Amino acid sequence: MAQPTITEDSVRAALIERLKATHVEIQDMSGGCGQAFTSLIVSSEFAGKNSLKRHRLVNAALKDEIAQIHAWSAKCQTPEEYAAEMAATGGNDKPPLDGTEGGRVEGVSG
Amino acid sequence: MFSRTILSKATRPSAFSAIRPIVRPSVAPAAPSPFLLSVAAQRRLLSDGVRQAIDKAVGSAPVVLFMKGTPETPQCGFSRASIQVLGLQGVNPEKFAAYNVLEDAELREGIKEYSDWPTIPQLYIDKEFVGGCDIIVSMHQNGELAKMLEDKGVLVKEEGAAEGGKKPE
Repeated sequence: MAQPTITEDSVRAALIERLKATHVEIQDMSGGCGQAFTSLIVSSEFAGKNSLKRHRLVNAALKDEIAQIHAWSAKCQTPEEYAAEMAATGGNDKPPLDGTEGGRVEGVSG
Repeated sequence: MFSRTILSKATRPSAFSAIRPIVRPSVAPAAPSPFLLSVAAQRRLLSDGVRQAIDKAVGSAPVVLFMKGTPETPQCGFSRASIQVLGLQGVNPEKFAAYNVLEDAELREGIKEYSDWPTIPQLYIDKEFVGGCDIIVSMHQNGELAKMLEDKGVLVKEEGAAEGGKKPE
């Protein structure tokens, strides 16, 4: 079955549509092959949910997309948390890069 | 059983010594793995046999990490980051087990369905799913992980004087 290619834009559009995300940053960490992404997702749907529940919400919204790529990383914030972190860090709230080598995924995929 | 890796007592980490790998794989049990089945079976629903084997693995220690590679030689940056966090936290080797999903195709696929979680690594504490690398790292940074590990009594006992004296290797 032919599946649409996963791109930064398609992941962003899916998050805006399915999670009513108000701010999405997607960063390719594959080094260009488009198989690994890290993200910062801001949505009011995260309010009142702990980290695990937020990630489960994202995983469910992107089930098909994540199944097709090799690596996925996310930071999930409410609009209030995002605003607070932007203020506290001087605008430096970014997708997580823990576990990467300077923003690139290395190692065995899947 | 899955082959199991145990934090070695001999390499007990001090609280901040985990930049290098702080764990050592033990020899795998001799019994054949129930996961050495056909690779074609990977995509089917989780079988009872696989589920039971994962149940057993999840319950094999208070802290269980499903990862790519071994604690000493992680095969993926996210698994490496996760094992480093557990080392930094001072998880007691006797209360920890790691399973290398790369050694077993059925475990590698089965654990994703078992946990309803699409990626590896995956951390369990007291049989409860905690999360993957993003969650482990953020809980490490905000103090939640330290509190959880402390509450569960799975950290090495600090002995004060012994800390600075002995250099690990």
